[in-house]
Amino acid sequence: MTAKKTISVTVNGTVEVRTVEPRLLLSDFLRDTLDLTGTHVGCEHGICGACTIFLDGDSVRSCLTLAVQADGAEIVTVEGLGDADRLNFLQRKFREHHALQCGFCTPGMLISATDLLRKHSELSEAQVREGLSGNLCRCTGYEHIVRAVMAAAEEWDGEWNEATPRECTS
Amino acid sequence: MPTEAGPGLVGARVPRREDPRLLSGRGRYVDDLKVYGLLHVAFLRSDHAHARILGVDADSAWRMPGVVGVFSAADLEPVARSIEARSRMKNHHGTPIFALARDTVRYVGEAVVAVVAESRYLAEDALRQVEIEYEPLDALVDAEAAAEAETHLHPEAGTNVLAVREFSRGDVEAAMRGAAVRVGGRFRFRRKAAVALENRTCLAEYDRGGRSLTLHSSTQVPGIVKDALVEILDLYDHRVRVVAPDVGGGFGGKGSLYGEEIAVCALSLMLDRPVKWTGDRMEDLTSTSQAFDEIVDAELGVDNDGRLLALSAEVVGDVGAGSIYPWTAALEPVQVASFMPGPYRLPVYRGSVRAVATNKPPTGPYRGVGRPASTFVMERLIDMAARRLSIDPMALRLRNFVGKEEFPYRTGSGIVWDESGFAECLESAAARIAYEDFRERQAEARKRGRWPGIGIASYAELTGIGSRISAAPGMPINTGTETATVRVESSGRISAIFGVASHGQGLETTLAQIVADDLGARIEDIDVIQGDSAAVPHSTGTYASRSAVIAGGAARLSATALREQIVEAASHLLEAAPGDVEVRDSMVHVVGTDRRMTLRELARAFYSEMDRIPKEARETIELAASKLYDPFFGTTASASHIAIVDIDPETCTVKIERFVVAEDCGRMINPLVVDGQVHGGVAQGIGAALYEEVVHDESGQILTASLVDYAVPSAVEIPPLEVIHLETESPSTLGGFRGMGEGGAIGAPAAVANAISDALAPLGIEIFELPATPERLFRMIERTGNHRRGMQA
Ligand code: FES
Ligand code: FES
Repeated sequence: MTAKKTISVTVNGTVEVRTVEPRLLLSDFLRDTLDLTGTHVGCEHGICGACTIFLDGDSVRSCLTLAVQADGAEIVTVEGLGDADRLNFLQRKFREHHALQCGFCTPGMLISATDLLRKHSELSEAQVREGLSGNLCRCTGYEHIVRAVMAAAEEWDGEWNEATPRECTS
Repeated sequence: MPTEAGPGLVGARVPRREDPRLLSGRGRYVDDLKVYGLLHVAFLRSDHAHARILGVDADSAWRMPGVVGVFSAADLEPVARSIEARSRMKNHHGTPIFALARDTVRYVGEAVVAVVAESRYLAEDALRQVEIEYEPLDALVDAEAAAEAETHLHPEAGTNVLAVREFSRGDVEAAMRGAAVRVGGRFRFRRKAAVALENRTCLAEYDRGGRSLTLHSSTQVPGIVKDALVEILDLYDHRVRVVAPDVGGGFGGKGSLYGEEIAVCALSLMLDRPVKWTGDRMEDLTSTSQAFDEIVDAELGVDNDGRLLALSAEVVGDVGAGSIYPWTAALEPVQVASFMPGPYRLPVYRGSVRAVATNKPPTGPYRGVGRPASTFVMERLIDMAARRLSIDPMALRLRNFVGKEEFPYRTGSGIVWDESGFAECLESAAARIAYEDFRERQAEARKRGRWPGIGIASYAELTGIGSRISAAPGMPINTGTETATVRVESSGRISAIFGVASHGQGLETTLAQIVADDLGARIEDIDVIQGDSAAVPHSTGTYASRSAVIAGGAARLSATALREQIVEAASHLLEAAPGDVEVRDSMVHVVGTDRRMTLRELARAFYSEMDRIPKEARETIELAASKLYDPFFGTTASASHIAIVDIDPETCTVKIERFVVAEDCGRMINPLVVDGQVHGGVAQGIGAALYEEVVHDESGQILTASLVDYAVPSAVEIPPLEVIHLETESPSTLGGFRGMGEGGAIGAPAAVANAISDALAPLGIEIFELPATPERLFRMIERTGNHRRGMQA
């Protein structure tokens, strides 16, 4: 087996230094090594989007990334958005519009939607659907998710970035 | 009996209480649980569809780093016996469920060897070193051929036909002879997978000292799994606990007992350490129970005025490798025949069913059970008849729906419909989609070379089925009752305890809404406890659109009973007659005075302050109530779906332009949740109609073992969904609730199939097979010689 490697990753603002096997998936690193189980794994082959996280500002699939590739990177996971008792703006829109049922796709959806909102100041419904097409949801039929993201796009007048959620306490 | 709930939380769009934790990544799904000393198991699964297991060579796997053990069926047998789904049906052959395949493998993906190691990575490394020697047997992949084959999957059954059933009312031959128009054909609904986004996962912890076992499992039916494990492992029932924590969707796929659940328990027992299995998507697509896979030869006879005279349906269900526990192999195909007559007045019916074993994964419960296929066939027949008679398909339906004055109506298969708004649903859906104007728009579009079409599907279903009938045909398990316990804790907070198990339905919210109203408590003071077999003496779980109706009814009864106890206690504490005491907003009030106390004060006084209540009262009052609810028959829910599609003549892809659902689910507990259930069901139905298919080749190899090949629709394929609710008060259930978790998936495939057939009617094409993939449509269109030329050619 290839030698273990020590990596340093900033996750949700905290620097984590760990020694890992080169083959360890980033999704497993987050879930098992760091115990950040909010990032979910639904397919391990890049289709479902449940494992989506921000890596240096880009939304990526943590199941297709190795932990060692994240050495030196900045990561934001769902745990880095608003807390349960202090949901951020988008999370609140998800709740108001009932955009989640089982909640398994939700962490990845929130990251992808944040990414989408960050990149577009205005969003058509078609753009939202297209923008979320890499995230499967089996429960909601997407209707309420699309409405929640549209509502967030309409009502939010600030800058979206991966850190936005933390700053949003209104 | 509780009176009708007044204006309160029931009926309100209450945001869900489970959301904050799920939105912030603090949900607890089975794979998120961290347990000290945890071992991981990986299964080596069969790559043969049908073969005898000659031997397992695991010597080098044993020597791999971190490996704790390698196990096959014989190793687990001393602690885990097999279990068999039983049925009172005649001509039913149950087949046993084992933790691991024993002697023979019957489908690709069946677990044969378990490797236990210190991590999942190490377990998978070791798995690669295990060799299984097989002697291949004939693989049976065609159900009709399998029904006649000499080779039997389960030689002890003496046949591959695991269940046979007939329904009959009237003389079909005679009625058909008298029909002006007869339409029919061979319909096919291909095999589908449930694909909950969370793969199946389970974690067993055995405590040797206490001889107790806890299984955390991503299951819809913790109560059923618990009862089964007690039998399989021979433990005391109160020492086996099955917990379904947050569960990432189920849709029926997590509604049965699985071998993996038995295996992790047996391994934990043997190794004296906690053992976890987390399935991956390939394991899910090859070993979770699947849906449909039916061939239906059906014919409908109609008179010149469009009155339905007779229906016949012969169903062959490809049920895969054997029975699923506890539902049996009969579950899906038998329901196809029993629901076939739909919401129509249909005097004469004959339905027959054969459930045939093949070398594919077992089929089992899937959202809608039987009704997606029966509705597909029946609604297609209605449209075909309408076309032949040149009667508008909507008009034909309205002419034949069971009418208001005819309820309760017994169908030809013996199902009884109670009053539900069959016609009202169709009329509202049609009004919303501007049905009347569509033909004009269609003619226009056709001139421009487009292929637009409109399709209706109307159906009725039984929900909240009580003890009178089993949720699966002939199955000797009571699925018809639920007990709820509601109690005041010493803090004054309320615990409401149920045997159901939410896996996305939001039961922590909806059941709390009901309890809050009937008790007079604030919702934030109520904790709903569910998904834990230890919380209740007996339960089954959440499936078959039962939880809102049955658990909801039990919630009403027990909350009302507890309220009486609270009033009784308060009458002592506030020195008032019980009739003058009212419970409101978690407070007890003496009507017309300012004397009142909070539930918290009441609880403290009752439980802890010994001088506040006389001894006699203390001995008779209990701040807890347990009530069972049994709706006995269950209740009818109905809906009409209308789809407008546009088919691209170039690519043969179907785009759904609009989709409207009008449904009667009785009184809604939470309209937000109801909408979400309908949307989700429709999306799965659209998947079934256009994209999703589990494909096995002629040797039984699966060709769709990843989400690359098994196409689950994304937000781009699913159109905006419009839902209209009709709240016809249901006469037969407590609170007027009807179940509605499955309906969306029942109507959508038929509506889409009818819309495609309507679009392609000028080419003489009728849809007989789903999913209607571009490839299937291309072949059909090509045969008519019209491809690429558009409709005007
Ligand atoms: S788990 Fe990464 S895309 Fe599905
Ligand atoms: S909420 Fe269950 S998969 Fe999206």
